[in-house]
Amino acid sequence: MVKIGVTVFPGSNCDRDVYNTFKTKLHCNVNYIEERNKIKNFDAIIIPGGFTYGDRLRAGAIAAHSPMMDKIKEMADNGIPILGICNGFQILVESGLLPGALMPNKTLKFVCRWIDVIITNNKTPFTNLYKIHQKVQIPIAHGEGQYVIDKQTYTEAKNNNQIIMKYDERENPNGSMDNIAAICNLRGNVMGMMPHPERASDSDLALNGFSTNAIFVFKSLINYINRN
Amino acid sequence: MIILNKFEFEYLKERLNREPNELEQNIVNAEWSEHCSYKSSKIHIRTLPTDGDRIIKGPGFDAGVLDVGDGYVITVHIESHNHPSAVEPYGGAATGVGGVLRDILSMGTRPIALLNALRFGNVDSKNISLNKKNQWLLKNVVKGIADYGNCMGVPTVGGEVEFDSSFDNYCLVDVASIGHGKLNNLVKNKVKEDDIIILAGNSTGKDGINGASFASSNLEEENRSAVQIPDPFLEKILQECALEGIEKKCVKAMKDLGGGGLSCCLSETADNLKKGFEIELSNIHLKQKDMTDTEIMISESQERMLIITSKKKKTKLFDLFEKYGIRYSVIGKVNDNKNLLIRKNGQVIATMPAKLVANAPLLDRSSRKPHYLDNIGKLFKEPRIPKDFNRLILSMISNPNICSKKWIYQQFDHEVGIRTVLKPGFSDSSALKLDNGKYVTFNLDGNSKHCYLDPYQGTLGCLAESVRNTICVGATPIGIVDHLQFGNPENEQVFWTFLESIRAIRDFCSFMKIPVVGGKVSLYNETKSGGIKPTPVIGAIGLIDDKSLIKLPTFDIDEGIFIIGMTFDELGGSEYYEYCHKIIGGTVPKVNLGNQKKIVETVKKMVRANLVSAIHDCSKGGLIVSLMEISIQSNLGFVVDMDKIPTSCTRLDHTLFSESHDRFIISTKHHEKVKDFLVQKKIPSAEIGLVTGDKKCKLKLNNKIVIDLQLSEIIKNHECSLLDILEKNVKETT
Repeated sequence: MVKIGVTVFPGSNCDRDVYNTFKTKLHCNVNYIEERNKIKNFDAIIIPGGFTYGDRLRAGAIAAHSPMMDKIKEMADNGIPILGICNGFQILVESGLLPGALMPNKTLKFVCRWIDVIITNNKTPFTNLYKIHQKVQIPIAHGEGQYVIDKQTYTEAKNNNQIIMKYDERENPNGSMDNIAAICNLRGNVMGMMPHPERASDSDLALNGFSTNAIFVFKSLINYINRN
Repeated sequence: MIILNKFEFEYLKERLNREPNELEQNIVNAEWSEHCSYKSSKIHIRTLPTDGDRIIKGPGFDAGVLDVGDGYVITVHIESHNHPSAVEPYGGAATGVGGVLRDILSMGTRPIALLNALRFGNVDSKNISLNKKNQWLLKNVVKGIADYGNCMGVPTVGGEVEFDSSFDNYCLVDVASIGHGKLNNLVKNKVKEDDIIILAGNSTGKDGINGASFASSNLEEENRSAVQIPDPFLEKILQECALEGIEKKCVKAMKDLGGGGLSCCLSETADNLKKGFEIELSNIHLKQKDMTDTEIMISESQERMLIITSKKKKTKLFDLFEKYGIRYSVIGKVNDNKNLLIRKNGQVIATMPAKLVANAPLLDRSSRKPHYLDNIGKLFKEPRIPKDFNRLILSMISNPNICSKKWIYQQFDHEVGIRTVLKPGFSDSSALKLDNGKYVTFNLDGNSKHCYLDPYQGTLGCLAESVRNTICVGATPIGIVDHLQFGNPENEQVFWTFLESIRAIRDFCSFMKIPVVGGKVSLYNETKSGGIKPTPVIGAIGLIDDKSLIKLPTFDIDEGIFIIGMTFDELGGSEYYEYCHKIIGGTVPKVNLGNQKKIVETVKKMVRANLVSAIHDCSKGGLIVSLMEISIQSNLGFVVDMDKIPTSCTRLDHTLFSESHDRFIISTKHHEKVKDFLVQKKIPSAEIGLVTGDKKCKLKLNNKIVIDLQLSEIIKNHECSLLDILEKNVKETT
């Protein structure tokens, strides 16, 4: 059975949502990982959303420098898939596992709504069950989601196919460069995304005509683990 | 700041059989403030019906508790933070959210939803500087709520906003929360001698000194030091710690610290538990050293919880505090003598019976029908019928009271927790999935314009609307919470409006057999320019057993459109009179309890029998606004024949904009079945039109098209109005 670790920092608040989705919808073996726990034998790590350490300094900045992240960096070096969602994405860029930075939204306001993203690379542990350019409906909820990156790194990331999801250019919700919604590292095993796949994983949550195809982010991950 | 009056002082002295010392007076002063003691309202709110099959705990506790079956409960509470928000909107609103979440936590349940009902002065009037002040209040209140709720990971799933000039330079910020948990995890609140009293969370500081007293008088000076400081991160870890403590059975009793600080928390808890407390003040962890005993006792520093545990379990609980990094102090122990005894470094500095402190002498204030009601009646004149109805409708749809509140609710994380089935802006009530597979619904409704002209009928209207909103999404109402907000109760004419409102809740809830599970009273909502309009806010809690019953206000092409209920010439306090014509007066919509029950029952049966596709109630803005809202939601047009609408109105504008109660717009594929059903139940109703695919909204009168509007234009006016008003200003100032 696929074994998933979900990090819990003080102030994480989507940990239970991610845990429940993997457990009840996807029937995985899921465990919470707290600072005092040992981390071993996980097939993948999810860093869920929330306001770790109250977003003091900058979103994700303090969690990024916690002892738990040292262990997660080691796992990343060993090729284990790491997925950061929302605040998890912020932690990954703050810790240097992913390039670029996340700034306050261009509107300077928190924004929560359903949005379309487009899959721009379907050859990753997190998107392998999608078609290329497939449109996925998925909720966002963040105040600091404007992805920025310097020109040179951007060119490298683009050439390496590290840009995994983009917002529809007509409704970029936060001013992200090149409409980037998700990006991965060079090796492709660490990905950060601003939207929340766990919030589109159940038809009950998509009554207003939304789809639940965002769950394929998690299903892709399970598929990748099972294949390897 | 002593506000104990002569009578209260003598009452206290007589009961103590001695002169109270200064600290004792301060403790009592905090607890006997209007805010904490409900001294003006208690004898009246006691008369509300509170019995019901599902009620485990009714009003009088931190939150009401309702049984939702299968070993699960929901808890519900409503609070306001009006005075603080009026002077410091960000901190006031944020700490309002923090307070209501701790109330839910105190019962032993996890908060799963927040709602808010917000009221501001007009943001689009001709007075630019007043607009700016009101907009400043709105923006910061919204940000305060967003920052606190979002950080806590509790979704803000719905609410309502009303603009009215009686709230100029002021605001009403009501926040409500729903909690969910297992029945057997409810905090038992049973303690015995030598149990240990712990104060956990934030350090006690000089913030929020005299907050309760500040909220118990008119807002004449802007006392910012009485406003508390929010720290949602601390509350989040405190919440997780407390919930784990409950799960591990380390919590025997728990209460949050809110208005009145330790004074209220300790006296009320001791009195509720029928025990005595011995407290050592020097043990309390403080923010600053130079605090007086009184300051420590009345500080309203946020994010603090009082927890009582046994000697046996204390180590386990302390381990949890360590794990979560929560500061705590052992501040005393329980005894059997029913006194609240306070020591400082071993010296007794206050000792009074807890019951005496916790129960202020109640008042039976006098009341008199306000003069303004007669004056308005005398001055009232019907407006002229406007010529351009297309323009009129577009103007109504962009009215801040009617238009989309997207600018506000998109700043709230309404999805966290993965329970939000019906989301803000999409339906008449919010709905959340529960752990037993059922769904709880919640909505808040208020209408100060109706209540001003007729507090009794206005309040009945709020109740009727909240029940309609519950029925519309397919739920059965199981409880009501009320939040009663009025001006100065010492003014007989204000107090009359308060009593009328209470009478309405009593009549409605008794007749409909829906219990009141909680409530709150907020008085002295007055500024230099006078009192607010009477503003009861009603929250209805509903339950849906099965997902197939959930209904949305979305049409399908070629469906028949019906109106259920009669449209009367009731335009008093309507958006049409007040927004379009600036007229205050006229006949307020009336609720006939018998009729409304019959209609609501019938609609419920139709929903259950799956005869209905879309359903939406008619309220603010009248039937035309309801039609437009479903049309916007469905992205489809309609053609409606005005001649078919059952109405007593003789004017087209009145038919369109009357806010008569007990009306629903539905759409259906089963035209004949619906018609037969309604005829058989003898409900006034008619098939009035058809859903069309051409994205045009058309109304016919005497077989002529009198209104013809592009849906795209309606959507633009509806969606962008508030955004334009609020963002335009930003551009001007930058």
